[in-house]
Amino acid sequence: MTTAGSPAVTTNVGRPLLGGRRFSLDWVGALPFFAYVGLFLALPTAIIAIGAFFDANNSLTLDNFVHLGRNYVVQATITTTVVSAVTALLGAFLGALLAYAIATGNPNGVLRRTLVSASGVLAQFGGVTLAFAFIASIGPAGFVYLFFQSHGFDYYSKSLWLFDTPGLIVVYLYFQIPLMVLVFLPALDGIKPQWREATESLGGSTWHYWRHVAGPLLFPAFLGGVLLLFANAFSAYATANALINQGAPVLAQQISNGLSSEVGAVEPGFAKAIAVEMVVIVTVITILYSLLQRRTARWL
Amino acid sequence: MRLGSLTRRLGLAVVAIFVVAACGSSGGGGGTASCSESKAKTTTSAAACGGMDALVAAAKAEGKLNVIALPRDWANYGKELDTFAAKYGIAITSDNPDGSSQDEVNAVNQLGTTSRAPDVLDIGMAVALANTTLFAPYKVTTWADILDTQKESTGVWFQDYGGFMSIGYDSSKVPTITSIDDLFKPEFKGKVALNGDPTKANAALNGVMMANLAEGGSLDDVSKGVDFFHRLKVAGNFSKTQATTATVKNGTTPVVFDWDYLSAAHGKDVPAWKVFVPNNAVLGGYYAQAVNKNAPHPAAARLWEEFLYSDEGQNIWLQGLARPVRQAAMTKSGTVDASAAAALPPVNGTPQFMSDSQATAAKNYLVANWLKAIS
Amino acid sequence: MAVARRGVHRTRWLKLQTFRYVVFALAAVYFLVPLGAMLEFSTRANDGSRTLEYWKSIFDYKEMVGFPIDNPTGIIASLQLAVITSLVMLALLVPTMVWVRLKLPRLSRIVEFISLLPLTIPAIVLVVGLYPMYIWLGTNVSDSILTLALSYIVLVLPYAYRALDAGLGAIDVKTLSEAARSLGASWFAVMWRVIVPNISNAILNATLLSVALVLGEYTVANNLLYNNLQVELVHLGRTNAGVSIAVAVASLLFAFFLLVILAFVGSRPRREFKEEPATMLASQSLTGI
Repeated sequence: MTTAGSPAVTTNVGRPLLGGRRFSLDWVGALPFFAYVGLFLALPTAIIAIGAFFDANNSLTLDNFVHLGRNYVVQATITTTVVSAVTALLGAFLGALLAYAIATGNPNGVLRRTLVSASGVLAQFGGVTLAFAFIASIGPAGFVYLFFQSHGFDYYSKSLWLFDTPGLIVVYLYFQIPLMVLVFLPALDGIKPQWREATESLGGSTWHYWRHVAGPLLFPAFLGGVLLLFANAFSAYATANALINQGAPVLAQQISNGLSSEVGAVEPGFAKAIAVEMVVIVTVITILYSLLQRRTARWL
Repeated sequence: MRLGSLTRRLGLAVVAIFVVAACGSSGGGGGTASCSESKAKTTTSAAACGGMDALVAAAKAEGKLNVIALPRDWANYGKELDTFAAKYGIAITSDNPDGSSQDEVNAVNQLGTTSRAPDVLDIGMAVALANTTLFAPYKVTTWADILDTQKESTGVWFQDYGGFMSIGYDSSKVPTITSIDDLFKPEFKGKVALNGDPTKANAALNGVMMANLAEGGSLDDVSKGVDFFHRLKVAGNFSKTQATTATVKNGTTPVVFDWDYLSAAHGKDVPAWKVFVPNNAVLGGYYAQAVNKNAPHPAAARLWEEFLYSDEGQNIWLQGLARPVRQAAMTKSGTVDASAAAALPPVNGTPQFMSDSQATAAKNYLVANWLKAIS
Repeated sequence: MAVARRGVHRTRWLKLQTFRYVVFALAAVYFLVPLGAMLEFSTRANDGSRTLEYWKSIFDYKEMVGFPIDNPTGIIASLQLAVITSLVMLALLVPTMVWVRLKLPRLSRIVEFISLLPLTIPAIVLVVGLYPMYIWLGTNVSDSILTLALSYIVLVLPYAYRALDAGLGAIDVKTLSEAARSLGASWFAVMWRVIVPNISNAILNATLLSVALVLGEYTVANNLLYNNLQVELVHLGRTNAGVSIAVAVASLLFAFFLLVILAFVGSRPRREFKEEPATMLASQSLTGI
């Protein structure tokens, strides 16, 4: 006997009253999303991908993809992937810690709301001004460096690492960590304190709690955060360009050279081929990610 | 008295003829002497479109002008834009302030015949020569003052202003520079920057070429320039970061290779800013104007060109420490702004200019060797 | 995660608080020092003394605000874009994500990948693919700056998806919706009155990310030759070095205050310990059988 007066409506929409399988119309619900994305994302991506097959004279060619083997492009690919992976993992880990510190506070408090708003702003902060913020603080003319230098510690004695890959990582973390905080916080909010108490009453320690209860529940969201941070760093352009303006170390800068070079090195088809390469790399990472999600769902 | 009345009638008739003739020739009202929209699109000079007044009237009727990649602090463009807008009451939309010359051409291509496409372009020579099919030929009223080497014969592009590649530096942070090799001194550690990547930016390419000339190289072979920066990098004096007004003021990049008129702008932030052009490496570069063939506001576009090449427009550039293309002619005719001309950075030596093929050769060499040199 | 001091071991609480304050202190250093450096630079006059002239000159730049309202630029345009983008993004994503979780679980990986795609293509080249669309829109529909919202919704997808996904993963969508449906709720009521209140913080975070993105977006607007807030700020920043940094800090503060207001208005007080009504009813209805 149901407590409700009306007959229970099940979620098996496709189940017919009479025999035979009725065609399920569930997919219609996803239509608006796919239609919108098809028009404003798939179409531009297709335009770019197709453009990669044409050269400057509008004739079909595979040269643009062959040129992806140029040594400076290969170098940029490696640099971009390494920087993205490092900042994704580091940013996710540190961001998760910061998110945990926020989540364990008063959920209605001023601190939480302020920190969440600040994270929102800083997650989208980048470009020339972010680069300058670091240049003005830890750069070779920045007050932090001058302070340490006057006390005998010259951290640029070996090389000016701020304007190289290590510098890029330090600066990227500035927007990676807040981004992780914002996307991971809702997952932490779903952890109920009763589970901690239940673990304790069953004799589990903190380690048990994290390894067997909270960890497995949070891991998918954590991994999703890593993936997002990877893609975020991978396609970042303005910050890298402001920090390291020589040699186009990052793939997005190579694309910019191909599109905007005013000395005659403009190759729009090649720029689009690099974009296709970037999509392929992130697709591969996403596939690895979903495989990892599936495996860990089994172990954890 | 009959003779008197005849004289009077003749006199009246003569006066009447003069009045009618005067009315007919004072442009505009007559009908044939006006610059209509369709005429403005293809007209190659102000005279062909009914004279300057007709052009002004047509431009005012359009009421708008789209410009692109004209930052206000570049060669005093802020004043050019403000003066034009105030003088003719035309609203100017200024887009993509940091865009490169190629970005301007991309915008023209991408926005086609829409109403937001750029009307006029101010581009580097390499980009101008590569894209002449996009431009409409137009000869400004002062066309004759421009040297033949500085314009395309049908008016598809014409040079506007230029300067010399220089080394700008903050004399309060680094010692005075009297030769390019001074940059190897230890006081310059991590402080020398180019304005951009030479495989991408015109100013940077010219910076490397200027170093090349200063080190004894020639316009045909930029290898000594690349080697110079390689040695600078090995010495630890070359900075790979982007040189902005902020990094200059804050002391991170107190030495910048840039066009002298752009470099001079740093004087606003750094009172002790000096601009040095090596005697044996006076490398000049001019930019060029072009009118978009599909300009959404053709009359306004042409009026803008007329304004830029008038004495007033040319002097505004001169006040921005750029050398306007009509400077020689204006000096002869006495219309040049003498105090602004006197404020130009001194240049001793024979100016050299890269030809298109030399620039292409330099670009090819850089694309193959720059990354290796500065890594 | 509600902290209930009763029932939690005292030492664990102490350890937690120490951890929190150490983390906050380190985060404060890392995040505030660069901002402080920018603030210091923007108030530094050419001779080294303190000055507010660069900050004051921001208010002289009328184009930044962006009147008239029917053809806006600058702040007004960006605010309008932020509102449109957030609302449409939520209306598009929340129902779709819930629906996919409930009915089309095999599509979830595809939706996830599609949502990540805008982030794999740098904006500088994505805009090349968007040009034909915008030319068509410009000649046939409108060339108003508000058409940028159509691209911004796509740009915001990766961030919003991830925040909403974390929120949806933390609640039991299936049970909640089944319970509500069994009580006779329409799908709209399920979304609006059951799911949305339970993921309100995730929705808030997704909105914060969207608003921050729209207010900070430069590349797409600039390459499509629209003058939104960030493009106007670049114009303004060319005046001199001090202004370029003052304007950047001002932009951050502006976005921050806007988001703080949103966070205060938008977040629902979270109840500690109490079960949400829907799950209570669900458990009642199930045990009632």
